[in-house]
Amino acid sequence: MAEPARAAAKLVAEDLHKSFGPKVVLDGVSFEVADGESLAIVGPSGTGKSVLLKHLIGLIRPDSGRVLVGGTDVWSLSHIERNRLRRKFGMSFQEGALFDSMSVFDNVAFPLRRFGRRPNEVRKRVKECLEIVHLEGVDEKMPGELSGGMRRRVGFARAIAHEPEILLFDEPNTGLDPIMTDIIDEVILEMREKTKATIVTITHHMPSAEKIGDRIALLFGGRLLFQAPPAEFLRSTDPAVRQFVEGRAQGPLTDAMTEPVGKRISEAP
Amino acid sequence: MRLLEAVGLVVLRLLEQIGRFFQMLGRTAFWAVRPPFDLAEWLRQMVRVGFDSIPVVFLTTLFTGMVMALQTYNGFARFHAEGWVGSVVALSLTRELSPVLTALMVTGRVGSAMAAELGTMRVTEQIDALTSLATEPVQYLVVPRVAASVAMMPLLTLMGDAVGMYGGYLVAVQLLGANPVTYVDNSFKYLTVADDVVSGLVKAAVFGLLFSLIACVRGYDTRGGAEGVGRSTTAAVVSGSLSILLADFFLTKLLF
Repeated sequence: MAEPARAAAKLVAEDLHKSFGPKVVLDGVSFEVADGESLAIVGPSGTGKSVLLKHLIGLIRPDSGRVLVGGTDVWSLSHIERNRLRRKFGMSFQEGALFDSMSVFDNVAFPLRRFGRRPNEVRKRVKECLEIVHLEGVDEKMPGELSGGMRRRVGFARAIAHEPEILLFDEPNTGLDPIMTDIIDEVILEMREKTKATIVTITHHMPSAEKIGDRIALLFGGRLLFQAPPAEFLRSTDPAVRQFVEGRAQGPLTDAMTEPVGKRISEAP
Repeated sequence: MRLLEAVGLVVLRLLEQIGRFFQMLGRTAFWAVRPPFDLAEWLRQMVRVGFDSIPVVFLTTLFTGMVMALQTYNGFARFHAEGWVGSVVALSLTRELSPVLTALMVTGRVGSAMAAELGTMRVTEQIDALTSLATEPVQYLVVPRVAASVAMMPLLTLMGDAVGMYGGYLVAVQLLGANPVTYVDNSFKYLTVADDVVSGLVKAAVFGLLFSLIACVRGYDTRGGAEGVGRSTTAAVVSGSLSILLADFFLTKLLF
């Protein structure tokens, strides 16, 4: 299993399978992300994008297949070693997932304190991180007092605080207005510039994927149907890609669903 | 067949819950003895479980002691054994009523809050966020809560013993006109610290372990948004209280 390409890959997913009860969510997903590369994974809602992302950081264990981080199989490690490996990661969650019993400052300081940094070092780094996401003077606020876009950005600051090598973004701009969506994309690009991190972003927003990703991959039916750089992705004649890019209700993506489209839409949260 | 299926499903669920309980017990024990030790969080939880529960436990045991004295006096007067009211109140409080009632009240007050808090953290992905920040959620969330409950329950119970006995004294002496000296004398005459008081405190510690672990498991395993949090909270109080009462019988049988 020693293909030469693997050495350069920071993050490798190898034939991931995952089912929840009878529902097959991942049905053989494989991809590689090179060091410093940014991969955007797009797909309709409810296709298991978040589940895939949680596999990469070992929050969910695949039924079969492997996740390699810098060549190390996440699930070959002991519980404690896996926790240690997670220090290489910074993850931003859909709604920010800020600790709501702590102030903004304490949220961003959380990983630093856990990893034993000194108090004045913590203070300096938290300030730095909040500057990177363009949030200043909110240190003492509680998460409940912030707008959705601000919470998302505090989540970013917390994710980058301990200088991780890999950043994972779960739907960074879902539920935000178009302007805030673009601001978030800009912030992600800036963070990339400053941290030189390897990035995997999950989104269903095509303009964001184009802006953030060096490559875009389409996840549907538990598989990656297509992956290519943005320009090529947009030009692709693959009918599934075309349907997603153009945002049409009819096409192979919706034909594959067993229920009628109308029912799906009314059930969406 | 339908009936058998339904019964089977209930049994399976129950076994699953018991399995989850012991799994979490193992993980809690594993992480309790490993660094980092978050002393500030342990203290915070001790205040929440212990100090903040004092008013509730005070009132519960005070009135329990009072009504115990009232009822036994009533009964014992029928065969002229009023003098023994103090003994009965002291023994039933320390051995049984103070640990059990304290545990039930604290389950309602603190167990529900633990389940709701962890449940909310689960459905808003805060528990996943902890893991993603290389922090073991069981160590960070469950260990301090369980440790605080096991440590604080005996202390609350000890306070309950004293308050309940004082309540009994108040009723017997002030209301029913018992002789204060004989009452106090009889209260302590047959009360042994090693058997009665300590056994009650051991029970209290076990109850603390039970309700806090059950609440944490229910919260930790929460699924399905706000409704799920509500379900977990209810389940934590119901199964916590039930297992306290079941454990009480078996502990009593075992210990004495």
